[in-house]
Amino acid sequence: MSSETKQILTTDGIPLEVSLKKAERKNKIKAFLLVAPLLLFLIITYVFPIGDMLFRSVDDKMVTQMLPKTFKAMENWDGQELPDEKVFAAFHEDFIKLVEDKREGKLSTQLNYTKNGFKSIIKKLRRKSKSFEEGNYKEQIMSVHKRWADVEYWRAIQRRAPEFTGQKYLKGMDMYVNEEGKIVSVEEDRRIHRVLWLRTLEIAFFVTVFCFLMAYPIAHLLATLPMKYSNLLMICVLLPFWTSLLVRTASWMILLQQQGIVNDFFVGIGLVADDNRPEMMYNKTGSYVAMTQILLPFMVLPLYSVMKTISPSLMRAGKSLGGTPFVAFWKVYFPLTIPGIGAGCLLVFILAIGYYITPALVGGASGTLISNQIAFHMKSTLDWSFASAMGLMLLSGVLVIYWLYNKLVGIDNIKLG
Amino acid sequence: MALPKYTEPHYRIWHYIYLTICGAVFFFLIAPLFVIFPLSFNAEEFLSFSDGMKRLDPDAFSLRWYKDMIYGTKNPWGLAAKNSFIIAIFATIGSVILGTVAALGLSSRHMPYKGLIMAVLISPMIVPLIISGVAIFFFMAKAGLAATHTGIVLAHIILGTPFVVITVTATLSGFDHSVTRAAASLGSDPINTFMKITLPLILPGVISGGLFAFVTSFDEVVVVLFLAGLENTTIPIQMWTGLREQLSPTILAVATCLIILSTLILVTAELLRRRSERLRGINR
Repeated sequence: MSSETKQILTTDGIPLEVSLKKAERKNKIKAFLLVAPLLLFLIITYVFPIGDMLFRSVDDKMVTQMLPKTFKAMENWDGQELPDEKVFAAFHEDFIKLVEDKREGKLSTQLNYTKNGFKSIIKKLRRKSKSFEEGNYKEQIMSVHKRWADVEYWRAIQRRAPEFTGQKYLKGMDMYVNEEGKIVSVEEDRRIHRVLWLRTLEIAFFVTVFCFLMAYPIAHLLATLPMKYSNLLMICVLLPFWTSLLVRTASWMILLQQQGIVNDFFVGIGLVADDNRPEMMYNKTGSYVAMTQILLPFMVLPLYSVMKTISPSLMRAGKSLGGTPFVAFWKVYFPLTIPGIGAGCLLVFILAIGYYITPALVGGASGTLISNQIAFHMKSTLDWSFASAMGLMLLSGVLVIYWLYNKLVGIDNIKLG
Repeated sequence: MALPKYTEPHYRIWHYIYLTICGAVFFFLIAPLFVIFPLSFNAEEFLSFSDGMKRLDPDAFSLRWYKDMIYGTKNPWGLAAKNSFIIAIFATIGSVILGTVAALGLSSRHMPYKGLIMAVLISPMIVPLIISGVAIFFFMAKAGLAATHTGIVLAHIILGTPFVVITVTATLSGFDHSVTRAAASLGSDPINTFMKITLPLILPGVISGGLFAFVTSFDEVVVVLFLAGLENTTIPIQMWTGLREQLSPTILAVATCLIILSTLILVTAELLRRRSERLRGINR
């Protein structure tokens, strides 16, 4: 628009452009005000607490607050040789205070995480420190145990000075910071978390594959059958979908137990001997079977809604142009269903990777996933910062898939039932 | 799906193989649910079919586990059922109100940052429950709401709203906004317009979102495991404890009741979906 053009005015003399912008802004605010209650509610009760988990997972103030004077005195220590008397005196002062509050046990547990061997020497120091004389604490502490005269142990204490640490994340990957400050892996036979991560990925992957292989034919059948039959069959998909997860898991526990129906059937057809019934529950098999059945509707529904939109005349056209039914299917039908495949697979994978209840009940020791480990640390060991760290590692993986899902399918295209 | 007469034999065979595979998958989906039914009427304390049951001997069947579920002195199912219903009803009301209002804003074409906000609103459905459980537990513990009904209801509102948002925005996507403008031009204020025009039209979507929210709350166990004290026990918590410790036939009686409940909900949801499609003029 050139400046020569006369501005269009509304009846009250305001330029139309301004007036429209004003109306637009008013509508924007109106729309936003409608969303605001839920958004605020979720931000306060959900998004911030997840941020709080991030804070907890790197929080390492406990030791910092237990030994404030020691760390202050250590600021000038280069870590090459044993620290000087000032550090020892400060440590003694902090330590006496901890003993008074009966918290030296906590300190020993914490320091033992950093370096093995602190437990016994702290116990010893507590006993001996009662008879300490004033002055020359370096000599007195060093005479309690030879490890107190070892510079390695003082370096281990110094490593706990920062208020924040990433060590819980390293622990989640079975790694730690060694004496030289390098990141290394723990011994081969103690790498429990890596095994769990890999198993989680493996189970989620295969459950997704099994779901896809089973869902594709029945989604196709549902989409091509006449309405009156497909509605009836749809109930077979929707009833499990609406049924309690625990009910479905319970039914698998009944079916898969050693004296259960599946085993009875195998014995009946002579596949296995009666005295040699296979263990199908409390291991990976249990997790696979139950999770596949439970997540199957989540694969069928997106596939079905995509297949429903594909016109049957496309397949007929493919065949009439000389393709065999297989060629027509592979070249025409299958490519059209790819959006549904993407949606279903991502959804099932996301759900499977965070599964907790079913693996805990039918998975036994070899079929549990990373979620079970998080719950274990939340409820049993009470190492909440470690649980938070592992939770966030899992979450970041899920968010990547969520982002992909959003790119490929669009979250507003999620369909339910 | 009858095959045309000219179908060649090997395609015919392939077609029957395909139908058999489909049948097997449907069986795999639905059969496990039906195992629970007969076993819950078992007269004995075993979780497999007794010889009497296989012979259909009437003495092998009984209602003892249902009686145990209702009158059993040690069984907290009564308290659990009461809690479950109270929590689910309040969580549903909260989710429906918050979710519907938000969906109205989200479907406005003036809504800024629609994608980002939608992603936040849907996130409780996508984030693994265990992580939601940990985060919500931290919040409720700080707010002093752990082990209270209020805390659990709030947690279930968080988990239930995404379903309401999704179903209501889906209903609104086919909504003809000129009817609300018509109402406004006839002198109706926005609240009156919403109550008399918009709500009746989107009601099927609202109710089916509410059903999702209800089932989510009624079935939810992971978050409740973190939040519930002894007083707040729910049906899923009781089932979880029962399944972990000892599978008793009483659990199967409860499970049968739950399957009946979910059948009722499924039928309602299906009828609503069809009504909604009719109202929006979608013909399939």
